[in-house]
Amino acid sequence: MARRSTIARPLYVLALLLVAIYGAVGIGVATGSSGVGKASFTPALALDLEGGTQLILTPRTTTGEDITSDDVNQAIAIIRQRVDGSGVAEAEITSQGGQNIVVAIPGEVDDTTVDLITQSAQMRMRAVLIESGPGTIDPAALEASEDPTADPSADATAEAGTDATAEAGTDATADATEEPTATPTYTQDQIDEAAFTAADADGDGVLSNTPATTPTDASDQAWVTEQVTYDYLRLDCTLPENRIGGIDDDVDAPLVTCSQDGTSKYVLGPAELTGQDLSSAQMGYKQSSTGMQTNQPIVQLTFTDEGATKFATVTTRLSAQTTPPANQFAIVLDGLVISAPTVNEPIPNGMAEISGPTTNPFTRAEATSLANQLNFGALPLTFEVQSQEQISATLGTEQLQRGMLAGAIGLILVVAYSFLQYRGLGIVTVASLVIAAALTYGVILVLSWTQGYRLSLPGVTGLIVAIGITADSFIVYFERIRDEVREGRSLSAAVEHGWTRARRTILASDAVNFIAAIVLYLLAVGGVRGFAFTLGLTTIIDLVVVMLFTHPLMRLLIKTRFFGGGHKWSGLDPVSLGASVAAYAGRGRVRTPVERKAAVANADTRTIAQRKADAERAAREAAAADATSTVAGTTASDPDATAADQGATSAGTEPATAPPTEPSTKAPGVVPVPSATDEPEGGSR
Amino acid sequence: MAGKFSQFGNDLYSGKRSFDIIGHRRRWYLIACGLVVFSLALLLARGLNLGIEFRGGSEFTVSGASTTASEPAQEALNSVDANQVARVSVVGGNSVRVQTEALGADDTEAMRDALAVAYGVDATQVTSSFVGPSWGQDVTAKALQGLVIFLVIVTVVMALYFRTWSMAIAALVALLHDLVVTVGLYAGVGFEVTPASVIGFLTILGYSLYDTVVVFDKVRENTAHVLDQSRVTYAEASNLAVNQTIVRSINTSVVGILPVASILFVGAFLLGAGTLRDIALSLFIGMIVSTLSSIFLASPLETTFRLRRPAYREHTAKVLARRAASADADVTITSDDVRSEADRVTALLPGGHQGQAAQPKRKKR
Repeated sequence: MARRSTIARPLYVLALLLVAIYGAVGIGVATGSSGVGKASFTPALALDLEGGTQLILTPRTTTGEDITSDDVNQAIAIIRQRVDGSGVAEAEITSQGGQNIVVAIPGEVDDTTVDLITQSAQMRMRAVLIESGPGTIDPAALEASEDPTADPSADATAEAGTDATAEAGTDATADATEEPTATPTYTQDQIDEAAFTAADADGDGVLSNTPATTPTDASDQAWVTEQVTYDYLRLDCTLPENRIGGIDDDVDAPLVTCSQDGTSKYVLGPAELTGQDLSSAQMGYKQSSTGMQTNQPIVQLTFTDEGATKFATVTTRLSAQTTPPANQFAIVLDGLVISAPTVNEPIPNGMAEISGPTTNPFTRAEATSLANQLNFGALPLTFEVQSQEQISATLGTEQLQRGMLAGAIGLILVVAYSFLQYRGLGIVTVASLVIAAALTYGVILVLSWTQGYRLSLPGVTGLIVAIGITADSFIVYFERIRDEVREGRSLSAAVEHGWTRARRTILASDAVNFIAAIVLYLLAVGGVRGFAFTLGLTTIIDLVVVMLFTHPLMRLLIKTRFFGGGHKWSGLDPVSLGASVAAYAGRGRVRTPVERKAAVANADTRTIAQRKADAERAAREAAAADATSTVAGTTASDPDATAADQGATSAGTEPATAPPTEPSTKAPGVVPVPSATDEPEGGSR
Repeated sequence: MAGKFSQFGNDLYSGKRSFDIIGHRRRWYLIACGLVVFSLALLLARGLNLGIEFRGGSEFTVSGASTTASEPAQEALNSVDANQVARVSVVGGNSVRVQTEALGADDTEAMRDALAVAYGVDATQVTSSFVGPSWGQDVTAKALQGLVIFLVIVTVVMALYFRTWSMAIAALVALLHDLVVTVGLYAGVGFEVTPASVIGFLTILGYSLYDTVVVFDKVRENTAHVLDQSRVTYAEASNLAVNQTIVRSINTSVVGILPVASILFVGAFLLGAGTLRDIALSLFIGMIVSTLSSIFLASPLETTFRLRRPAYREHTAKVLARRAASADADVTITSDDVRSEADRVTALLPGGHQGQAAQPKRKKR
C-alpha cells in the first residue's frame, strides 16, 4: 500500500502549477509588465464582448494568382502600419484560415479609417531626388535650409535607405537632422511659415506646382517644384500619422514621402517601374569577386522581360551619376520607401541584387523581410471587404452577463445532479470542477497576457459547455469504481483497478475531443476559433485535473472511514451497489446465491493486516475491560447482518456456512476467531 | 430516487435485468433510417433559415430601444428602399436587430438615422454591419473541409485504438446519423443558421464520438475473450456491455446537457437571437441524439459488422447449437459469463478424489 505522501505527490505538483500560474500573473500585474497584452487578473475581452468594429478582408490579386501565407502576413504588416499610424489604439489584426485578414478595432471607427484599411497596396520604383533626416524644417535654421537640395549631400555614403538611421545619427551638424529634438518648440504655423518662405524660391508669395523647366528624365531636379519643396519641408516623418501609407500615389508626379521606419524622408521622381515589372525576389548570399559564396545575406531581384528593359534604362542613367542621392532609386511600397539602394552599375539582364550598406550589412532576417515585401509588392493586390461589423458595447456586456448567468445555473445543476447520483462523491466532483475552473482561468490570464488572447462569446460558451464535458470524465471514473465494487473488489482495490480502466477510456475520449478541437481551430473562420480554442484548452485541463487531482484525491479519501468504510452516504456503499462475492468459497466449497448475498451484507472491506490489527486491539481492550461483559452485544450490533442471516436460514441453507458472527469493527469485547482472515470477503481478492 | 436508480444500475450491470438492444437491432436501424429520412425531409421542406452571414446584407442593431416592435423598423426601411422587407428580431432585453439586403453607404447612413428616430434613440445607439455574400461561403467551405479531415483522422485513430475497423466504421456511421438528424431538427425548429450554429454542429462530432468511445470500450472489454468460450454469443456479450454502460451514458449525458440547457434557456428567454442561443440549440439536439445513437445505433451496427466475419458467425452458431442441445432455453447472461477465464470462478461441480496416481510425485533421487 502506497504511503500517503506518495499518493499526495500529484497534488503537490498541481498546487505548484497553480501557484506558478497565478504567481506569474501576479508578478506581471505588480510590475506592470506587458507582453502582447497586459498582465491583469481579468482576461482581455474580444470585440463581441467589448464592443467595437470588426472588418474581415480577403486579399485578392487582380490577375487571379494564388496568394501565399507570406503574402497574407505582408498584407497584415501593411494594414497594421496603416492602422497604427492612424492613431487607433489596440487594434488587433490577425489572419484567419490562412486567407482572411481580420481587423478588430475597439470602439467606433469612421469611414475614412475603413477606406484607409481596405485600400490596395501598390509598389513602385522611383528615382531619389532628395533624401534627408525625418524632421521638418527648423525655422531657426531657415537660412541653412534655403537650399534644400544641398542638404542631402550629407548622406553621401548612403548605400541603401535602410542605413539612413546610422547616417542621420552621425550627421549631427546637418541642419535637417537636428529637427526631431527641436520640433516641439515650434508650432505648426511657425513651421509652415518657415517652410513657405524656404520653398517660395521666386518670392512671389504663391507656391507653383509646375516645374521651372520641363524635366528631361525622372531624375531631373526640375521635378522639385515650389509646392513639392514646401510639402517636403513640412513633412515630419517622426510622427506615426505621417507614415500611415495607403497613399495611392500618382505615377506621373513626384512623390514626397517617408521611409517605412520613419528614419528619413524623400522627394522622389515619377514612377518608372511598378510592382508588376518585378517577377520575384528572394533572399540569397552575396558572391565574392572570385565567384565564391560568402555568408553575407542579400536580396536577389528578378524582373519580367518588360521590367528588365525598363530597369536597364533606369540603372544606366542612375549609375552615371556619382553623388548620392542622385544615383539611388527608391522602392516604394504602399506609399512608403522600404529601400533606397544605390545603383553601382547598369543592370541590363533584369537580375539585380540589393546588398545592405557596407558599414551595416543586412542580417538574414532583414534580407528575408525585404524580399517578402518585394514579393508582396509584385502582386497587384486588392482587399475585398467580406464583412464589416459594428458591435455595440452594451450588447456585448449584456451577452457576457447572461452567459455568466447561464454558466452559474449550469454549474449548480451539474453539482446538484452529481450529489444526487453519487452522494459523497459529489464533493470530489465539486472540488475537481473548482480546480479545473481555477486552472482554466489562470491559463486564459497567462495567454491573454503573453499571447494577446481575447475571450469571445463563443469562447465563453465553450467554457460553459466544458463544465459538462469535464464532469463526464469524473462520472466515467466513478462508474468504473462502482463496477469494480459490484464485481466484488474491496473499495481501495476498486479505486486502483477502476482507475487503470477508466484512464484508458478517458484518454481515448479526450483524444477524440482534442482532435476535434485542433481540426476546428486550424480551419477556423470567425468565431469558431474562439470556441475551438477553449474546447481544446479545457480538454487538456480536464486530463490534468483527472490525473493530478481527482484520482489522488480518491486514493486519499478511500483511506477515510466515511468513504473507505463504504458509508451509506458516501456513494460507495457496497451493499447498495449490490456487490457480489466470488462464488468459490475456498476449500472446494461453492457459495449459493443466498450465501453470497449474506456475505455482501456483512462485507468487511478491511485488509487482512487491518483485520489482524483490529483483532489485536480488540483483544487488548477486552483484556483491559471487565471480563464479565464479554458475551454482550455480538449479533445485535448489525441489524443488516441479522436480517441477511435470517434470509439465509429461511432459504434453507446451512446457517453455519454464512459468517454471521463476523464482528463489526467497533463492537467491543469480542476476540475474533483467527479464521476471520480466511473468510473470502469482498475485500479479499 | 438515487437508491432505486443505483439498484437499476446494479441489475443492469449484473445482467439480472437486461434490455435486448442488440437483439432488436433491425428495429433500431428502421427507426434510425426513419429519423434520417424525416430530417432530410425537414431540411428539404423547410430549408435552412440561413443567417445574414450566409446571405450577405446589412444589419442594424438598435440598443436601448423604447419599443421592440417590428413595425417602426419596416417603416424606416420603407423610407430608404420601399421594396425590401426587414427581418426584425429582439436581441437581449431592449435591443432590436434589423436585417436588410445589402445597402450602399448613403442608404446605410439614412437607415441608421431613420431607425434612430423610429425607436427614439440617439443615432450613436444604432450600429450597422455589412456582410459580404461570400463570407458565409468561406465559413461553409472551411466547415466542410474540417468535417472531412476530422472524419478521416478520427476513423484512423479509432481503428488504431480499438484495433478493429468494425468499431471505427460503426462509430462513423452513427456520427453521420447524428449530424444529419441534428441539422434536420435544427432546421425544423427554424432558428437561423449562423456561424455559431455551425460551431455547434462541428462540436457534435466530438461529443458523439466521446459517447460512442465510452460504450465501445466496455464492449471491447466484454468481448475480448468471447471466442475462447462457448456459453455466450458475441451479440449477447455486446448487449451486456451496452446494458452495463446505460447508467453511465445517462449520467454523462445529463451532466453534459445540463449546462447546454441552461445556456439554451438563458439564450432563448432572456437574450433572444444570438450566438449563445444558436450554439446551445445545436448542441442540445446533438447531445441527445448522439447519446441515443451511441446506445441504439453504434453498438448494434458494430455487432452487425462483426458478425459478417466467419469466425464470429461460426462461434454464434456453435453457442446456439450447444444451448439447444442442453435444452437450457432460458439463459440469462450475467457479468460473470463475460469475464476472462483467468478471472472466472468456475467450480460449479464438486470434484472427487481420483486416487493416489493423480497426486504429484516426488522425483526419485
